[in-house]
Amino acid sequence: MKSIPVSTTINGDPYEFLCAPDETLLDVLRNRLNLTGAKEGCGTGDCGACSVTLNGRLVCSCLVLGAEAEGAEIATIEGMADGDELHPLQRQFIDHAALQCGVCTPGILVAAKSLLERNPDPTDEEVRYWLAGNLCRCTGYDKIIRAVQAAAAEMRGA
Amino acid sequence: MAFDEYQKRDFKQVGTRVRRPDGVDKVTGRAMYGADATAPGMLVGRILRSPHAHARIKSIDTSAAEALKGVKAVLTGADLPVQDEDFIRDVQDNCMARNKALYDGHAVAAVAAVDAATARAALKLIKVDYEVLPHVTDVDVAIKPGAAVVQDGRTLENVPAGMSENLTSHCEFGHGDPEAGFARADKIIARSFRTAATHQGYIEPHAALANVTSDGKAELWCCTQGQFYVRTLCAAIMGMEASQLRVTASEIGGGFGGKTTVFIEPVALALSRKAGRPVKIVMTRDEVFRATGPTVHTSMDIRIGMTKDGKITAAEAHLRYSGGAFPCGTVDMGAQAAFAAYDLEHVRTYGWNVLTNRPKEAAYRAPGAPQAIYAVESVVDELCQHFGLDPIEVRLKNAAKKGTKSSYGPTFPDIGLVAILEAAKAHPHYSAPLAPGQGRGISCGFWFNFGGNSCVSMNINTDGTVGVTEGNPDIGGSRASISLMAAEELGIDYDRVRTIVADTSSLGYNDVTDGSRVTFAVGLATIKAARDAIRVMRGRAAKIWGIEEEAVDWKDGAAIPAGPNAGKFPPMTLAEIAAVSFETGGPIAGHHEVNVDGAGVSFGVHIVDVEVDKETGATKVLRYTVFQDAGKAVHPSYVEGQMQGGAVQGIGWALNEEYIYGADGRLQNPGFLDYRVPVASDLPMIDTVILEIPNPGHPYGVRGVGETGIVPPLAAISNAVSRSAGIRLSELPMSPPRVLRALGG
Amino acid sequence: MVKVRLWGSLRQAADGLTDVEVEARTFKELLDRLGESYPGLKPQIARGVSLSLDGVIYREAWFTEIGPESEVVLMPYMTGG
Repeated sequence: MKSIPVSTTINGDPYEFLCAPDETLLDVLRNRLNLTGAKEGCGTGDCGACSVTLNGRLVCSCLVLGAEAEGAEIATIEGMADGDELHPLQRQFIDHAALQCGVCTPGILVAAKSLLERNPDPTDEEVRYWLAGNLCRCTGYDKIIRAVQAAAAEMRGA
Repeated sequence: MAFDEYQKRDFKQVGTRVRRPDGVDKVTGRAMYGADATAPGMLVGRILRSPHAHARIKSIDTSAAEALKGVKAVLTGADLPVQDEDFIRDVQDNCMARNKALYDGHAVAAVAAVDAATARAALKLIKVDYEVLPHVTDVDVAIKPGAAVVQDGRTLENVPAGMSENLTSHCEFGHGDPEAGFARADKIIARSFRTAATHQGYIEPHAALANVTSDGKAELWCCTQGQFYVRTLCAAIMGMEASQLRVTASEIGGGFGGKTTVFIEPVALALSRKAGRPVKIVMTRDEVFRATGPTVHTSMDIRIGMTKDGKITAAEAHLRYSGGAFPCGTVDMGAQAAFAAYDLEHVRTYGWNVLTNRPKEAAYRAPGAPQAIYAVESVVDELCQHFGLDPIEVRLKNAAKKGTKSSYGPTFPDIGLVAILEAAKAHPHYSAPLAPGQGRGISCGFWFNFGGNSCVSMNINTDGTVGVTEGNPDIGGSRASISLMAAEELGIDYDRVRTIVADTSSLGYNDVTDGSRVTFAVGLATIKAARDAIRVMRGRAAKIWGIEEEAVDWKDGAAIPAGPNAGKFPPMTLAEIAAVSFETGGPIAGHHEVNVDGAGVSFGVHIVDVEVDKETGATKVLRYTVFQDAGKAVHPSYVEGQMQGGAVQGIGWALNEEYIYGADGRLQNPGFLDYRVPVASDLPMIDTVILEIPNPGHPYGVRGVGETGIVPPLAAISNAVSRSAGIRLSELPMSPPRVLRALGG
Repeated sequence: MVKVRLWGSLRQAADGLTDVEVEARTFKELLDRLGESYPGLKPQIARGVSLSLDGVIYREAWFTEIGPESEVVLMPYMTGG
């Protein structure tokens, strides 16, 4: 199969890569661009560990083809902090012990950021349903919900 | 002897909620997990798996795969050595089948190729000639004489003759005369239960990167709960010396017991040796479900007698566990744990392990205990319902306490069960009103907890900071807890201590991160290593002051003269001593190596409110509270995290999760869509109450907390379902179809 | 003499006894004497046993001292998750 040249923007930076027609965006990020923050937990869109945003939309990058990134704006966990300054979600996740093993954390942070962009003041139930596509096996979600709400309050200036 | 008396003290650091040292790496995507590493010239390894539940491998033709361009090595069981010892042979045969495929998903061959597409193409070119054999995937079928035999010749001497060859071991525990006890009961309830196999469900699939060089050395990077044990197993399988195989544990994306053994690691090493290049293998989720360790599936009979005022007069359990296609000792632990929460005069448990054509069991959080305790706690609750007695009162009336002869033999020392039950009874949750259709259930839980081999090195840096080197993968914040204990003992700030997890060449042997052992046992070794470093620092201060070492004490992070007779010297801090260490004798370090005992058993009690939707059969968990004894909570947030995470895994086990096998012996739900673990929208907050009843076997009173939390949810939810919907289920999970059937019947 | 309590399924290997007495001052001596006095116990001892001494469980410690009044219970070697 002939490789496809792709030009895209990731975390605000221009990227060019070649990928196979059947290669997922997740594989491109991890194996070609060395952006390994997105994780493959299932490869079938069930666990959310590979969550990124594509043109502002939250997606499982294991279900997106690399070729679909052409001309798109992609945001990954690697772009969430502003240099050394952690995003409030990242900081609150550490402060609230909202991670144990941490392998689901990048996907959950990307998903939670996407929620707060749409709904800066969600109810617990709204957070739970928004994050229902992101599996965490360690925490039982309790501290994740609290961390998201603490970050939301901080971002609202509450 | 490692047993170290607890001494009461006022903690300055231990018990605070500090930030974990791996936090920033994990929230920025920088933490390196198993699949995140690469090596120059790395090949991609893939594994061919049996589509049959049970088949003789007549031949494997790998010639076409070997001829494919880009394929650098093909491996089958014939490439691995013949092992004499049963245990290591089972581990090896599970990684790569030799003569028979024993379950759907059993590895039969592997390839290493330049990329994933070539590796996948090569797998399709491998021709395996199978003779399909009759299979058995259900414990109750496998135990019958005449059932298809999974492996013959595996029966231990403790199994009576004339039974199914699938029965590999038998155990019996208990004391007294149950029949005499039953004769005194006002009511005897006997019930049979079944529980499905569940998977640990860690989000990170197994991954390994191996590099074997022609001089016989090897490097292995993998996600594991125990790099030293991986080295032991892989060195045996590869015929290597331990010193030549360095294993580095990656950050681990969950384990829960499932990453305490090897699956792909020896395969990656063998492929690398054959190909002469580094090889990385990453499992797919399908492979994780089909070929790594789920827990046992079980069938159990419980019989308990009670007087009308709630005193248990006798108890008996028959447990039949199947850990898949290889012998497995999990039923021994279930049989010991079943009645641990009770003070019983007459008790007997019988356990049987049964082979089935399923993947080899791996440990899962309190292995063997949740199933047996689910069955026991269900029958106790039914007796409470029968007599109209309060379930916590009945448990208090029968609770094991100091001096109780436990159902598994030993007399209990100080244990916290009564205090936990009292806390649960007094908690607002227990007396909160319930709406019509809602039900409340409770259950006790228990786990033994372990100590084990632990090595800690502690280096006092010249700038007054401290590096702690330990050997247990950090699965839930243990680096923070170990740093806290080091800081506490040394008397310095947490921020000045950094703990790292070493590879196998950097430290002596450490047991696996299992048995809720790390904060307890590695913590103990850390405290001892700090005392060793303090001894050195006291010696240096003594030299500087020109007095005897015995005349120097250590207080609040500084050497001080022991008394007025020692001389008048201002305190000399750790940083001040460290700064002149080159001049006073060289670098300062402390270390401690020990096989720790005295872990101290762990009890917990859970309260849950549920509502069963009688239209759909779905059970909604409305409110949940966990009570558990932590001895001393070193980092309370991470203790809560263990309690919450364990509870939710138990909720999944109770309501959703199960291995479903078809008549063809194939696993029907090897993915997260169909093997449904709890998601955020399924759950309420999980409230926690930490009790601190010091463990006499740890200097700070610490008890392991990792495992007990998964035990109570199974019965607590079943008991709540019974009180919500008026149906007493005896099979897990209580999935909507099963609940609907129970409601209909 | 130390009284050692066996678990139920070991009885058949120890002349039907639940409690056996052996001369031992340490865990190692106890295992050696048990194997000598009751050869039927050897396979289980080889597979691994834990020892509960006055309610504290020891998994391997050979030199754990056992007093004549100690409560000694043999248990299977255990692993966790």
